[in-house]
Amino acid sequence: MSTDTLTERPARSTLFDGLSRYIPIGATVALLVVMYLVGTGNYRNFGEPQVVANLFVNNAALLIIAVGMTFVILSGGIDLSVGSVMAFSAMSCAWLTVEAGIPAETAVAMVLVLGTVSGAATGAVIHYFNVQPFIATLAGLFLYRGLTLQISDRDVAIRDNAFFDWGMERTEFGNVRDGGFSLPNIVFIAGAVVLIAFVVLHYTRFGRGVYAVGGSEQSALLMGLPVARTKVGVYAVSGFCAALGGVVAAFSTKSADPLGGLGLELDAIAAVVVGGALLTGGAGFVLGTVAGVMVMGMLSTIISFDGRFSSWWARIIVGILLLAFILLQRVLARSGEKRKT
Amino acid sequence: MSDEPIVQMTGITKDFTGVRALDGVDFTLRPGEIHAVMGENGAGKSTLIKVLTGVHTPDAGQIRLDGRPVRFNSPKAAQAGGISTVYQEVNLTENLSVAENLFAGREPRLGPFINFRAMRRRARALLEDIGIDLNVAAPLGSYSIAMQQLVAIARAVDIKAKVLILDEPTSSLDRDEVAVLLRVMRRLAENGTAMVFISHFLDQVYEISDRMTVLRNGTLVGEWESAALPESDLIGHMLGREAATLEQIERQAGEHKPDRGEPIVSAKGLGRKGSIAPYDLEVHAGEVVGLAGLLGSGRTETVRLIAGADRHDSGTLAFEGKSVGSHNPRTAALRGIAFCPENRKTEGLVGDLTVAENMILAMQASKGWARTVPPAQRSRLVAEFIEKLDIRPANPDLPVKNLSGGNQQKVLLARWMLIEPKLLILDEPTRGIDVGAKADIQRLVTELSGDGMAVLFVSAELDEVTRLSDRIAVLRDRELIATLETEADMTSEKIVDTIVAKGGDQ
Ligand SMILES: Nc1ncnc2c1ncn2[C@@H]1O[C@H](COP(=O)(O)OP(=O)(O)OP(=O)(O)O)[C@@H](O)[C@H]1O
Ligand SMILES: [Mg+2]
Repeated sequence: MSTDTLTERPARSTLFDGLSRYIPIGATVALLVVMYLVGTGNYRNFGEPQVVANLFVNNAALLIIAVGMTFVILSGGIDLSVGSVMAFSAMSCAWLTVEAGIPAETAVAMVLVLGTVSGAATGAVIHYFNVQPFIATLAGLFLYRGLTLQISDRDVAIRDNAFFDWGMERTEFGNVRDGGFSLPNIVFIAGAVVLIAFVVLHYTRFGRGVYAVGGSEQSALLMGLPVARTKVGVYAVSGFCAALGGVVAAFSTKSADPLGGLGLELDAIAAVVVGGALLTGGAGFVLGTVAGVMVMGMLSTIISFDGRFSSWWARIIVGILLLAFILLQRVLARSGEKRKT
Repeated sequence: MSDEPIVQMTGITKDFTGVRALDGVDFTLRPGEIHAVMGENGAGKSTLIKVLTGVHTPDAGQIRLDGRPVRFNSPKAAQAGGISTVYQEVNLTENLSVAENLFAGREPRLGPFINFRAMRRRARALLEDIGIDLNVAAPLGSYSIAMQQLVAIARAVDIKAKVLILDEPTSSLDRDEVAVLLRVMRRLAENGTAMVFISHFLDQVYEISDRMTVLRNGTLVGEWESAALPESDLIGHMLGREAATLEQIERQAGEHKPDRGEPIVSAKGLGRKGSIAPYDLEVHAGEVVGLAGLLGSGRTETVRLIAGADRHDSGTLAFEGKSVGSHNPRTAALRGIAFCPENRKTEGLVGDLTVAENMILAMQASKGWARTVPPAQRSRLVAEFIEKLDIRPANPDLPVKNLSGGNQQKVLLARWMLIEPKLLILDEPTRGIDVGAKADIQRLVTELSGDGMAVLFVSAELDEVTRLSDRIAVLRDRELIATLETEADMTSEKIVDTIVAKGGDQ
C-alpha cells in the first residue's frame, strides 16, 4: 500500500492551526493580564486577591448565562430571551416562596425545569417551523418580561429563608485580612456550570454535534447527525442557564427585581464574542467565554477603582473591544482562506 | 448477481414548486452490483438519491429495501436502515477535525465521553486502508477539496452499509484519487456491498459499473447492462439526440486560430514561494491557453497569481503592456480580469438569490454600486447566457439553490463570461457538467476567444485542453516545464510524454 498512498499536508501547518484557533482566546487572556497589571500599577489595594475573587462573585449570574449563550452561538443561533427568563425565574422563585409558601428548594427546582422546557420549546419552534432564532427569542424576551411584571411590578424581598441564605454563605481561603479571600456558594455553582459545559462541549457527542451544526447545518443533516435534537438541546441548555442565572441573582440580592437582567442578553453575547467565539457558529470555547466575562468585570472594577470616569465608560470600552474582536476574527478567517489554495 | 433486489423504487414522482423533478421513475439495485445512474444536468439523479435517503419525501411511489416497504424521514434514518450516502453537495464540516468528520455521530466512547485517542487511531487505520495519509487531528478545512471529498467517501465506506451511494464523488478528484476510489469500490463490491454511482465521466462509469439506469427530464429512459450499451447509444439516451451532432460540435471547437497581437497579460518570472516556481507566461487577445498537469502540479496556483487571488513574491506582471503594481482580486477585476475559481461548491453562489441575480453580481460589482445595470440590458444578457449555456430550468427568477449541481456551475460560469472581461480565467470549468453541456461550454469559450477575449483555463482532462487551447502550458511539481503550440496533430499523449520526459531529466 505504501507505494500508492496519497499524502497531503494540511494547507496550514498543524502548528499554525493549533495556534490560529487559540489566537482570539489568547488575545482575551492577554488583555485580562494587561488590565490586571494596569489596575495593580495604578490603584492601591487592587492587587488584593479578594478583588479578583469579587469579579466572580459579582458576575456569577452573567457567567452562567453566558455559558448557556455559548452553546447557542456555537450552534449558529442566538438567544435574546435570557435576560427576561432570568428576571422571570428570580421573580417566580421569590413569589413561590414568599407569597405561595412553597419550600424554596421546590420552587427553585420548578423554575429550573420551567426554564429548560421553555428553552426546548423555543428551540423546537426555531427548528421545526424554520423561524429565525433572532425572532423566536425576541418573542421570548417580551413574553417573559411581561409575565415577570405580571407577577409583581415591584421588588419582592426574600427574608429569613435558610435556603436562600445558603447561596451567599462564604468559604474562606486563608485569612481575608492578610492575603486570603472568601467565595460565596454562588461562585461554586457558576464554576460547576463552566466545568460541566466544558466537558459536555468537548467530550460528548452532543457537544461535538453543536460544533458540527454550527459549522454547517446542511452538512450535519446530510451526515446523519441528529440536527433537530441538537438545536432543541442548545436552547434548552440556554433556558436552563438563564433560569439558574435568575436563581443565583435571587441568592445574591435576596430579592427579585422585575426589571432585573434588562439588556443582560447583550452582555452575554458580548462576553461570548470577546471570548473568541464566532457569531456565525462552529468556533469558540466555553473557557473563552469565562475570559470574556472576566474582561467585562475587570473593566467595571478598574473604572470604579479610578472613580474619575462614569460607569458608562465600561460600556463604551466593551463596544470598542467587540469591534476589535470581530475585526480580529475577520483577519484570521481571511488569512486562513489565503493559505489554502 | 440477479437475486432479490436490495433496493426497489417504483413509480417515484417528486414535484418541487413549479418543476416535476421525477415522474414515475423506477429504479432497481441488486446485491453486489455497481449501478450507475446517468443523465444530463437536471435530469433528476440527485433527487432520486435524496428521495431514497429521506432528504426529500416522494409525492408518489414506493420504496422497498430488502423487499420491505420503507420510507425514511431523514438521512439519519436511512443510515440506520443500512444506506450510506455521499451527496453531491459538500457534506462534511470544515471546522471539525478529519477524525471527527469521519466518526461524527458514531464516535468511539468511554461511557458518555468520546474517546479521542481511539477515534484518531481508528481514523488513521481507516484512511491508511483506503490509501491516504493525512493528519487526522487537523481541521478538515485545511485540506484541499479533493482530500475532503475522499474523507467524505471514507466516512461513507466505513459506515459499512448494505448500500453505498456516491453522487458525483469524483467531480473534484484527479486521476490518482479516482484510481483510489475505484479500487475501494471494487473491493466493496467483492464483499457484497451494492453501490449507486453517479458521474459525468463516461470512462469511469464504463470502467466500474455493471448496469446503468438512464434518466432524462425526470423520466426513466431505461436500464441496461453496461457492457451491452455502447457509449454513443448511452449519450443518445441521455441527451435524446444523436451522438453524432455532439461530435460535430467538438470538432468545430478545435478549428479556430487567432492572429497573435499584443499580449493581454504577460508574466515574467512570476512566482510564490512554496506554491509555484517562477514562470513566464503570456496570453494574447483572442488566444486560449490551457494549463495541463497532474494533481498538485501547481495549475491552480499559477492562475491564482495572475488573477490576484494570491500575492506573488517574485517577478513582474504586466497587463496590456503596463506593469501592474498592487494586484488583488479587486484591482484585477477593474483591469478586466475575471476569475472563476475551482472550488465552486463553497465559493461564489448565493443560494437564496435568483439565477439572474447571481449572474449579474460580478457585472454589478465591476461597475460599482452607484451605477446600476439597466434592467432591460440585464434581462437580455441573462436570457442570452441561459440559452447559450443551456441552463435548466430556463427560468431566471428561480432561487439558484433549487438548481441541480451542474446547472449551478453553469450559472457561475455565466457570471464571469457576461462581464466580457479582457482576460477570462477558468479553473476546471466543466467539472460536474454533462457531456452535452460540456460541448456547449467549450463552444462558448471558443466563441468568446473568437471575439477577442483572452482565455486562460485549467483542466484535468487532457482531451479538453488539447481540443480548446491554442497553446498549452505544462506543469509538473509546481513548475512550468514547457509551453506547447497546438498544431493539428496535438494529442493528449504528447502532453503526458512531456510531463514524463521532463520528470526523467531530473
Ligand atoms: N430543492 C429544490 N427545489 C426546487 N427544485 C429543485 C430542488 N432540487 C432540485 N430541483 C430541480 O429538480 C430537477 C432535478 O435536479 P437534480 O439535482 O436531481 O439533477 P441532477 O440529475 O442531479 O443534475 P446534476 O448532474 O446537475 O447534478 C432540476 O430541474 C432542479 O432544478
Ligand atoms: Mg446532481
